[in-house]
Amino acid sequence: MQDYTSDILELVRITSTDLPLPVEKRLRDALEKEEPGSAAHGALETILKNVEMTRKNGTPICQDTGTPIFYVHYPVGINPGELKEQIRSAVAIATQKSYLRPNAVDSLNGKNTGDNVGDDYFPSIHFTEVDGEMLTIDLMLKGGGCENVGAQYSLPDNRLNAGRDLEGVRKVILDAVYRAQGEGCAPGFLGVAIGGDRGTSYSASKEALLRKFDDVNKDEKLNELEERITKEANELGIGPMGFGGKTTVLGTKITSTYRLPASFFVSVSYMCWAYRRRRMVVTKDTVTYE
Amino acid sequence: MTTNLQLPIKDNAIKKLNVGDTVNLSGVMITGRDAVHKWLDDTFIQKTRTATEDDLLIYEAIKPILKGGLIYHCGPVVSGLQTKDYRFVAAGPTTSTREEPYQGDIMRHFGMRGVVGKGGMGAATLKACQELPAAYFHAIGGAASLIAESVKKVIYVYKLEFGVPEAVWAIEVENFPVVVTMDSHGNSLHDTVREHSKEVLERLIS
Repeated sequence: MQDYTSDILELVRITSTDLPLPVEKRLRDALEKEEPGSAAHGALETILKNVEMTRKNGTPICQDTGTPIFYVHYPVGINPGELKEQIRSAVAIATQKSYLRPNAVDSLNGKNTGDNVGDDYFPSIHFTEVDGEMLTIDLMLKGGGCENVGAQYSLPDNRLNAGRDLEGVRKVILDAVYRAQGEGCAPGFLGVAIGGDRGTSYSASKEALLRKFDDVNKDEKLNELEERITKEANELGIGPMGFGGKTTVLGTKITSTYRLPASFFVSVSYMCWAYRRRRMVVTKDTVTYE
Repeated sequence: MTTNLQLPIKDNAIKKLNVGDTVNLSGVMITGRDAVHKWLDDTFIQKTRTATEDDLLIYEAIKPILKGGLIYHCGPVVSGLQTKDYRFVAAGPTTSTREEPYQGDIMRHFGMRGVVGKGGMGAATLKACQELPAAYFHAIGGAASLIAESVKKVIYVYKLEFGVPEAVWAIEVENFPVVVTMDSHGNSLHDTVREHSKEVLERLIS
């Protein structure tokens, strides 16, 4: 099998240092809406200056380069075990090159491995076999600040008077945004999953964040809910960094999955403004990045 | 208008600051997050563990920086680890609330003028800000390379065994941009925003 280590290293470099343009555009639109001279306006100006600087200098957008989360779709002929080792080596080299901060910490003794290579869960790598000949690797770098404000609700939630329907789902998502305040580095993006068990529900909420930035939910009701959540979350007035302001959430993606009759989970993954996500596509001998 | 503040900071300079003010910080500060706060609290405040010779050495080194100074809640990306020619590559703030159990006591112990972080802190820290006086300076989360540019020099590092993000880095900064979100007069922008957003939330889900 071919060695993709250096191509994966490049994927890590781009993801950590070059914010996707659609995210930057939303930040620029948010800047337009804030009052010049306000703390919110200043925060967005600083954020945008930083985005330009890291693209130019090839330095990390944020020092918390997070959990590297890889989603690999591989064709027949690729050995996932070998690819996993290549990903782990690429992550270690990227750490040495300061594209990533050493983030893998042993939960029992507090020791940092120094190279972002921990156990089977760190870095996090998901493999799916696909038809055809194309190999794609998606990488998301998700920092601890926004990961910590993620939330999972079990409906019905009596405290919020949220039942087992889309109205209940709406209530708990807004509660999650309220609880996060600015701590997830607002303005953020919401990935939401309805259903699943506790584990699959959180996983699906992260995968919702892999959807194209400007796509439309195929389910009409969910599409409506996504738009409504973004609008109402912004009415909360939490604003950039929680300084108060007009933009709190830049986008919402909701997915629905099967559940047990007894369970009704809603999982919210909060992604900070530094929505670092890139894709590497390998066809025959060419490697491209999106 | 932006205020330029030189570290160490004087009492009256802190008292002049109000929530919402933008400030450029210059001077020497140390980084410290979860491991450092727990270590300082256990060793020098609660004294639940005996200070080693190494601990005492570090204590003496950071004392003059913290007198009238600041701790920056930050776990940086640092280059030059092999050659010890350290340079901050990315150095944005980390979430401060995790230090809430320790912060007020540590600020009082060293006579600090505040902390730099993100997300704001709670009632105990706000009380310490009023007493000392001190302030909470909010850096822009995620603006890591821009902030690293304001770090002119790494003076020393201690406790590297905590890991790069958790170590004590003494750094000299120039025009480090921050916003005052908790002042010495008992005001917290975070409380104001939380209360307002709670009212809106209740309307939206009622």
